[in-house]
Amino acid sequence: MHIPDGYLGPATSGFFYAAMVPVWMVCSKMVKKTLKAKQVPLLAIGAAFSFVIMMFNVPIPGGSTGHAVGGVLVAILLGPWAATIAITVALVVQALLFGDGGITAIGANCFNMAFVSVFAGYYAYRFLRIRAAANSTRTVFAAGVAAYIGINAAALCAGIEFGLQPLLYHTAAGQPLYCPYGLKVAITTMSGEHLLVFGWIEAIVTALVVKYLQKQDLELLTLNQ
Amino acid sequence: MKTTAKLALLIVILIVLSPLGLLLPALLKAGPAWGEWGVGELQALIGYVPRGLEKLSAIWDAPMVGYVCKGWSQKGILHLSAGYIISAVTGIGIVAAITIVLGKLLSGKK
Repeated sequence: MHIPDGYLGPATSGFFYAAMVPVWMVCSKMVKKTLKAKQVPLLAIGAAFSFVIMMFNVPIPGGSTGHAVGGVLVAILLGPWAATIAITVALVVQALLFGDGGITAIGANCFNMAFVSVFAGYYAYRFLRIRAAANSTRTVFAAGVAAYIGINAAALCAGIEFGLQPLLYHTAAGQPLYCPYGLKVAITTMSGEHLLVFGWIEAIVTALVVKYLQKQDLELLTLNQ
Repeated sequence: MKTTAKLALLIVILIVLSPLGLLLPALLKAGPAWGEWGVGELQALIGYVPRGLEKLSAIWDAPMVGYVCKGWSQKGILHLSAGYIISAVTGIGIVAAITIVLGKLLSGKK
């Protein structure tokens, strides 16, 4: 879901950079208020986890590939504001150093994976585990479902962003200038793949880590409540 | 062992296993992610390369593009896997360093 350079037109790219600036500012402000110094190593591990889990390309045989993002997991452990910062760092390094996601699309990619996915997943998690104990099965279930919702929200956004391009930018003859696929194809494919395959990977990874933390360090699942 | 140490160990294990993210798609003949085609792949897919896309796609020359070490792209699966692990170590080192600095700046002495 890392939109490369060239798939979004200049105004779309600019729009998402502009949209992310206030998000990054509010997140920094909230992290300043809530993050404790002793949580910093966990934040670094969260960013590292997101970076490396995105390298695990999961194949659809004969088709395309996709991957988990890990943003909802970081949000469950450290809150959505800190998670947005952590995933942003991972996405910026991926774009600058490894060309994974375009530099012109950093705003859009952060909007999808560091913001929409994180917040949609986090609030879904909070809702699904209302009055559930940290060590309950429902907490594990809530984490998995929330991760599934989070990554699918991001995939839908990416699909819309891709799909709007032929409408926004085309030659006089109607040939697309940037992403050549329209809304119908882009949304169907992006959402379809993530609903059917990659969303489940995200859900399983997230639920497994939460399940592990229930045994290892239950406090981590109660800190951010 | 403290939780953070155990989780850090998990990251190390994931780094070692990361070439699976390269090998499994190759084994199962899966192409790139949807919407992440290179110019050549797009040409093959739709028969032309959108003009704006062609120009913008070359705007940034990443030093380890595609998680491959410079000059290793044609050297076979071992080099690609090693490059993938080197990329993971490098990327995670930088990501962790930036996050720690940002986290320390933001968290203050709380």
